[in-house]
Amino acid sequence: MKGASWKEYQKDIADDGYFYVRSCIRQNFFPGSEKAFLSILRNDLGKDIGEDLKHTSCTGIGYHTDIVPLETIMTVVARQFALMGEAGYENLTSSCITSFGIYTEMLETWHEFPETEERTREYLYKATGREFKKPKNVAHTSDVIYKHREEIAAKSKVRLVNAMTGEPLQVVEHIGCHYAKLFPKKGVGGSEFPYVLAGMIESWGGQVLDYPERRHCCGFGFRNYLVQANRGFSIANSQKKLESMSRYRPDFIVTNCPGCAMFLDKWQYTIAEMEGSIYGQDGKGIPVLTYEEMAGLVLGYDPWALGMQMHQVAVEPLLDKLGIDYDPAAKYLGRNGKYMGVPDQGAVNMNCTSQPYMRTL
Amino acid sequence: MSGKVIVIGGGVAGMQAAATLLGMGHRPVILEKNTRIGGKLNDWHRLFPSLTPATEVLEQLKSRLDGVEVLTGTEVQAVGSGEVTTTDGRRLEADAVIIASGFEVFPAELKEEYGYTLYDNVYTTVDIERMFNEGRVCLANGAAPRSIAFLHCVGSRDEKVSQRHCSRVCCITGVKQAMEMKGLFPDAEVYNFYMDIRMFGPGYEEMYREAQEKYNIHFIRGRISEAGETQDRRVQIKAEDTLIGRPLKMTVDMLVLIVGMQAARSNVPFAGCEGIRLRPSGFLEPADSFCSNVCSGTPGVFYAGTATAPKNVGESINEGTAAAVKAAGYIESGKGDAGR
Repeated sequence: MKGASWKEYQKDIADDGYFYVRSCIRQNFFPGSEKAFLSILRNDLGKDIGEDLKHTSCTGIGYHTDIVPLETIMTVVARQFALMGEAGYENLTSSCITSFGIYTEMLETWHEFPETEERTREYLYKATGREFKKPKNVAHTSDVIYKHREEIAAKSKVRLVNAMTGEPLQVVEHIGCHYAKLFPKKGVGGSEFPYVLAGMIESWGGQVLDYPERRHCCGFGFRNYLVQANRGFSIANSQKKLESMSRYRPDFIVTNCPGCAMFLDKWQYTIAEMEGSIYGQDGKGIPVLTYEEMAGLVLGYDPWALGMQMHQVAVEPLLDKLGIDYDPAAKYLGRNGKYMGVPDQGAVNMNCTSQPYMRTL
Repeated sequence: MSGKVIVIGGGVAGMQAAATLLGMGHRPVILEKNTRIGGKLNDWHRLFPSLTPATEVLEQLKSRLDGVEVLTGTEVQAVGSGEVTTTDGRRLEADAVIIASGFEVFPAELKEEYGYTLYDNVYTTVDIERMFNEGRVCLANGAAPRSIAFLHCVGSRDEKVSQRHCSRVCCITGVKQAMEMKGLFPDAEVYNFYMDIRMFGPGYEEMYREAQEKYNIHFIRGRISEAGETQDRRVQIKAEDTLIGRPLKMTVDMLVLIVGMQAARSNVPFAGCEGIRLRPSGFLEPADSFCSNVCSGTPGVFYAGTATAPKNVGESINEGTAAAVKAAGYIESGKGDAGR
């Protein structure tokens, strides 16, 4: 591209001292990512990050599907802020894009309509006896990684380059809709050309791919998927994106949204079953990573410790390209070396084979 | 009684005001912030609806300025009754002042979703005029376009970029350029995406019909939601055809953004001066919209052209005349009638 207007949009991201709120669904689909984030922050970057087991869902999915009323979600959000204060933190970082959108939306609503904040304080106190202070800074966890991307680059053990050719890997970055499409100024790079993931990719040696459907929704869009009758629309959106990007031969996709990572990964299998279409190279799918997984690989984490064996699209071809030394036989060993069993072979070689993957290098 | 009149801006309205004042025996002085007079007309190729070459109008206006003092590279900071302060601190006295500071073209890169400055084959109407003037209209790779989409209202009637006003002349500009492009590339498919077509001027509606009937230009009622670049540097656009109620996606060789008129930033310092007010759009607000639409709230300070609102070239020239007559009347009456 000729210009780089996205770099003009910047936002304040706290440097240290974060209260961490988790996603409802990520632990199921990308179970190593949140753990990796905490480890990167604490062990690699030496930051103070805390959480509270009493924190709950932000109820964002219920809110966006009209099940949870506005007053309720405001009170739930206020409770999370109260927990943050009780834990001694002033900055909040959210693992989920929808939650990030929710926290931002509620703060903006309280700003525009102060009476709603007063009512929320009243509801929270009546329900729980708690009071809260609004966070000084709200950032998505991808913002936090973005802020420290150069520090991570300095500690990197792996670069996002093809170990055989030395060429930068071609990376599709996909940003969750609720990151900046709701409040463009709250996202690094704004809503049209968010830079939050692109910045990481570039700092770590990769090259960002632009393609016509770059801004298109992954297809999750709560109502698209949660209403069963709409799922055809959901998968059609994912297919549109995958078709569009596949012509650019991406080495992998990275996303910053729980739903996007899940859908772009798992719908590849479904589309292969339905139509026989495969979008990656050499008859394989396009691996889909979370940014924590990408950062973890760059920092030299073991891919199986990052939970990458849980992906629908096998990641081994990507690991090989990166020149990462991994143990194929350890792929299905869970905690304490316990064998988890091997999933059935996926359609048209989308998934792992029944045998440990044989490296080609 | 002869007087000195400072005319701020050397575009069409300012040149016409100065020429009129000169003809009435006054001493106009044009202050122009750029290095040459002529304003935006310097950048246009042909003018709608007659397709008159812009240079013809420009030369005609310039030819009447013999004897007019022109100070180029001079920007104005403040305006008052009988004096003007430049940004370099000079105080210039005059019997009357005409503000003809013009407009700015909306910066299309602010509408990032259309990819201007990001994608090779996304242009603005200003770029197209420049290419016509240079005698070479082509894609970034030098090839002739086979499909061209024009998008209306880029930076007009758009709350998201704080440009709520209609720029008026963009519709006819889009039609004119579509016809010119079709004339240049007869085999190309040319599309105009619009939300309304506002053909307010004489001959405009006829031109719009001619574009459809004679030139076979396709008019699609619907805004483009986004543009993306394909691997072969074409432009993929998404829109909704609101007449048939269907979303559409197409790939064209060239996307032309029909950019609107926004208030000149140079108006902002004027707003701090007594009797000078800005509209919410940032354009200057006349004393009233009927009998005093070239008058400010300060005696002896007058407005002409697009400093107050989007206008076409003819209207701007007319306002140059009107403001000059008002200024002359103000001077000749001994500055007693506030020029209204």
